[in-house]
Amino acid sequence: MALRAGTLVSVRAGTRARALDRLRLSDIVFRQLTRAAAFGVLLLLSGVIVALMVGSLPALRTFGLSFLMTERWNPVTEKFGALAPIYGTLVTSFIAMLIAVPIGLMIAFFLTELCPQWLRRPIGIAIELLAGIPSIIYGIWGLFIFAPFLQGTLQPLLIATLGHMPGIAPLFSGPPYGIGTLTAGLILAIMVLPFVTSISRDVFAAVPTVLKEAAYGVGCTTWEVARYVVLPYVRVGVIGGVMLGLGRALGETMAVTFVIGNAHRISASLLAPATTISASIANEFTEAVGDLYTSSLTALGLILFVITFIVLAIARYMLMRIERRIG
Amino acid sequence: MNQLRAMATAGFLAATVLPAAAGDITGAGSTFVYPILAKWADVYRKSTGIGLNYQSIGSGGGIKQITNKTVTFGASDMPLAPETVKKSGFVQFPIINGADVPVVNLPGIKPGELALDGPTVANIFLGKITKWDDPAIQKLNPGVKLPSMPIVVVHRSDGSGTTFIWTNYLSKVSPEWKEKVGESTAVEWPVGIGAKGNEGVANNTANTNGAIGYVEYAYAKQNKMAYTKMVNQAGKTVSPDADTFLAAAAGADWISAKDFYVVLTNAPGDRSWPVAGSTFILMHEVAQDPVASGEALKFFKWGYKNGKQMAAELDYVPMPDNVVALIEKTWAERFKASDGKPLHLSAVAR
Repeated sequence: MALRAGTLVSVRAGTRARALDRLRLSDIVFRQLTRAAAFGVLLLLSGVIVALMVGSLPALRTFGLSFLMTERWNPVTEKFGALAPIYGTLVTSFIAMLIAVPIGLMIAFFLTELCPQWLRRPIGIAIELLAGIPSIIYGIWGLFIFAPFLQGTLQPLLIATLGHMPGIAPLFSGPPYGIGTLTAGLILAIMVLPFVTSISRDVFAAVPTVLKEAAYGVGCTTWEVARYVVLPYVRVGVIGGVMLGLGRALGETMAVTFVIGNAHRISASLLAPATTISASIANEFTEAVGDLYTSSLTALGLILFVITFIVLAIARYMLMRIERRIG
Repeated sequence: MNQLRAMATAGFLAATVLPAAAGDITGAGSTFVYPILAKWADVYRKSTGIGLNYQSIGSGGGIKQITNKTVTFGASDMPLAPETVKKSGFVQFPIINGADVPVVNLPGIKPGELALDGPTVANIFLGKITKWDDPAIQKLNPGVKLPSMPIVVVHRSDGSGTTFIWTNYLSKVSPEWKEKVGESTAVEWPVGIGAKGNEGVANNTANTNGAIGYVEYAYAKQNKMAYTKMVNQAGKTVSPDADTFLAAAAGADWISAKDFYVVLTNAPGDRSWPVAGSTFILMHEVAQDPVASGEALKFFKWGYKNGKQMAAELDYVPMPDNVVALIEKTWAERFKASDGKPLHLSAVAR
């Protein structure tokens, strides 16, 4: 009896060990799989970086640092400089943020503090839909409807008013083309608005109610609550959202290509055509003849990669700080 | 009849042709030549059972692919210089001709109403003529009331054979253009706004008052754009149409040109349209796969002979017969199989 019981126990122990082994094995397999997936991303990323670097070597070797500092982009004589696309990328993104950030913040504040409950969802969904529209649609709409509209209304107005103001006159001079730096900036503003808005809304909602109640209690106006209580509290988080939007604006290709005018020139006027890094690549890569031309376009890609990487790194850092604070 | 429809058909064809049978002809390059190649291939496949797998990725891509020997032929809207052809071991020959036309957007100006000449167009594109009522334009158009409106230049932002023909013409008629800008599929434009593709230039021109752009002829014709007439090398004012394009192609000196390095711009002759050009086929002189090269040549020969009507329907200009004879003679002389013997062309000669 005792013997049988002992066997039974050892048999049980055997199955148990086997079952445990099986579980352990599946655990190991699962762990390796997830690790492989994660490392796969790292591998892809480094592959892209290496490919970009190798591809841009001929251009960087030929032009050196002057690649970053010359405006000329001449496929005939094979003299390439990235300054015009870099300038266009930064200026259009700057215009976009200049417009999208205040509007986005206002929408976010309205949605979290002032909006009646029944209206919150429709407005929130509308903003999310704005983010879902493919960029080519923005491009087509920009070229066929928005640009002619600007050419007939806003641009002549700007030329007639701000174009004569001392100091900023050069920014708004020249004929109204309809398309150009300003139009690209405006389209980008619409495209990054959802990013800025939705992140701001989330961080606004994280402001402790007691702070706001207290501010109202001591007689603050709504503006004062927004300006002196909510904004200081969420400043870092908002900056994170702005940076994510900026990341999108910097890399946006199709919509910008349609409305920026694609000219490798740096003009003082915001109404003049310009180009961005991604627009240049999209336009010229397919028909680029010769190693140096292709390599210069690849080098442009590398520069954009670096710029975007820096922006996103700053954004992550800012978001990390706010998470720690409200965490 | 209609190039857009042909493109749609071509897209459909590409979809059906792509899972290519082993015997299919492979090629890559010019987007300009794609509609007619697709049309020819469709008819050719019905009679021979041999299809064409053509990737219209642009002339630059076509040159890269034929250099890397991943396709049997490449197609480029810009001829390669004879030195390059020799160095790469290519045979180069023209397959079809087309033309660029200037298009304008001026209130009250109808298609064909305005006439321009080469130096004036060059000065407009150099930014030296900036108003439509400039005396230089007015002098060419007595009796036409020109508005005092700034000129907006619209050019291609992507590399393009259309741009090559355009800038090659401007280089021939304006020393200043040649020196400052030069000719290529993409150049450093002194003024203007860039737009992607023929459709981009067309739309930007149509949307902008006072705009002038250049598009491939079929595009201007099918969209009923306000094209202009041009003064040709002989000093005659001509309209863009099949006759003036053919005059340009026939007047060219193909015989003495090495590797058919001829650009039809600024062609002599009273009837010649001055801004015409051709698409060129590039193939390796020593065929890696003699059978595939032979099949490709058979297809081209068939196209020269039977494809004229189809080409005309799509607003291309077929190669004149005397040029085709010259091309076929070149084939027989130049192509070799990998063992050094002449490529087996008996099938082609048939």
